[in-house]
Amino acid sequence: MTEVHWVGAALTAARPQVVAALLRYFRDLDIAEEAFQEASLRALKTWPLNGSPRDPAAWLIFVGRNSALDELRRRSKQDALPEDDVISDSNSEDAETALIDRLDSSAYQDDVLRLLFVCSQPELPVTQQIAVALRIVSGLSVQEIARAFLVTEAAMAQRITRAKRAITESAVAFETPGPAERAERLTTVAAMIYLLFNEGYSASGGEAHVRIPLCEEAIRLARLLLRLFPAEAEIIGLTALLLLQHARAAARLDPNGDIVLLDDQNRSMWNRDLIAEGLVLVEKARRLGKPGPYQMQAEIAAVHSRTARAQDADWARIDEIYSVLEQLQPSPVVTLNRAVAVARVRGPAAALDMIAPLGESLAGYFHFHGVRGALLKDLGRTDEARVAFNQAVALARTAAEAAHIRMNLDSLSK
Amino acid sequence: MFYCILSYNLEAELEAWSREKAAAAMAKVEVVKSGLARQGRLGPVGRLMATTTAMTVRAGRGGEPLVLDGPLAQTKEQLVGFYIVDCNSLDDAIEVARGLVGNTGGLEVRPLVHFYPGIGLQ
Repeated sequence: MTEVHWVGAALTAARPQVVAALLRYFRDLDIAEEAFQEASLRALKTWPLNGSPRDPAAWLIFVGRNSALDELRRRSKQDALPEDDVISDSNSEDAETALIDRLDSSAYQDDVLRLLFVCSQPELPVTQQIAVALRIVSGLSVQEIARAFLVTEAAMAQRITRAKRAITESAVAFETPGPAERAERLTTVAAMIYLLFNEGYSASGGEAHVRIPLCEEAIRLARLLLRLFPAEAEIIGLTALLLLQHARAAARLDPNGDIVLLDDQNRSMWNRDLIAEGLVLVEKARRLGKPGPYQMQAEIAAVHSRTARAQDADWARIDEIYSVLEQLQPSPVVTLNRAVAVARVRGPAAALDMIAPLGESLAGYFHFHGVRGALLKDLGRTDEARVAFNQAVALARTAAEAAHIRMNLDSLSK
Repeated sequence: MFYCILSYNLEAELEAWSREKAAAAMAKVEVVKSGLARQGRLGPVGRLMATTTAMTVRAGRGGEPLVLDGPLAQTKEQLVGFYIVDCNSLDDAIEVARGLVGNTGGLEVRPLVHFYPGIGLQ
């Protein structure tokens, strides 16, 4: 373990707070990033010799801010200095103390939320939101991000530059947000973190090993957000959901890297520590009495996490949670998922009735035809099942999905 | 005398540790623990879940306690674990803490006034 190793972890941990504070001072993403870079270089030189400062984030903000001011002064030979009210530059020796005073958690809270929010602009395509958050907030290199998205470094660099330009052009308020705006920002940021997680989670085959770090990064961001907003039920729910899903990572892929369905997973490979933490968070969220979509999804994951054998899952409870989720966030996909639970509780006929109205909206959805085929098969309607399974095979996105349906088709011919 | 050694660190930093770094830190702690265990000086040891899982019950007005989300105190470094150790002197306890400290974070050494070993939870 090298000295640089612990400094690297300290810099990664401090990064969101530091870049966020520098963004508030300079109101410019590029200046904030460069200032962080400069401060990091100095940290790499001095921390191994002097040890870690008591408050690494405050140290980095102070050093980064000063180096950026020096840089701006140098440039000001050509340009005028920014307005005084934009950059508060005090030369007094108390500057550091004053700065640290301003760094109480309430300022941190809105700073970090703002930084995450500017990366989560809904106008940006999802992959751009995620890429720019990974670059700016998490500090992943362009090369690392490019690898995760299976594109060239040049293509990813271009994508990030484009996203940053769009962010610069969108006027983000730097004033302390009001409660309504804060809630809106939290919702937007939570959605971005969830998308980031799914980018990693949905990977299979050769993509899997390069994309699992995206899941870990999403969990780190969710925890960061939760530390800042400890009583936000949906942020608790989101963190729980990610932990409970990620706990299954080792069991989710077979030796070829193909996805293993929940029922077929070897549950002894699930990560018990992540499950324990996820279950505690589910309980915490429930106490707040403000149910939301992330919490309900976490509740469903929690039922499976508590069940040692797939066949023992409490499907009645899962059906109940889905019915709440349907009310909170009505969508054909939620109803389809509920039908799977209904089939186990009330039988395939009830489930088939439930999904009948979804045929139009989910006509192009692989899982719809797969579920429908399985229900028809259970009812002994073999010919109709075959048609449904054939539609599913045509819509399969991965070899594993297609193989799973073909197994069903084969069982029909027997 | 029994001492409680309280371990503090930046949670965000622990979350940023690589697997190798976490394993190396664990290994270091294990060496100290097994040394103490051999000498018959190691009491209960606990690693706490992240403060994001914490709830706080505070004395409230009219005898009705307040139940709040999050840790009791928002500190820069968070309490992440504890060790109960039997030591002959304060110097001895400090020596144990020296063996446990890493590149970041810190350990607080506090003598125990009372110690109840509990029922040996497993």
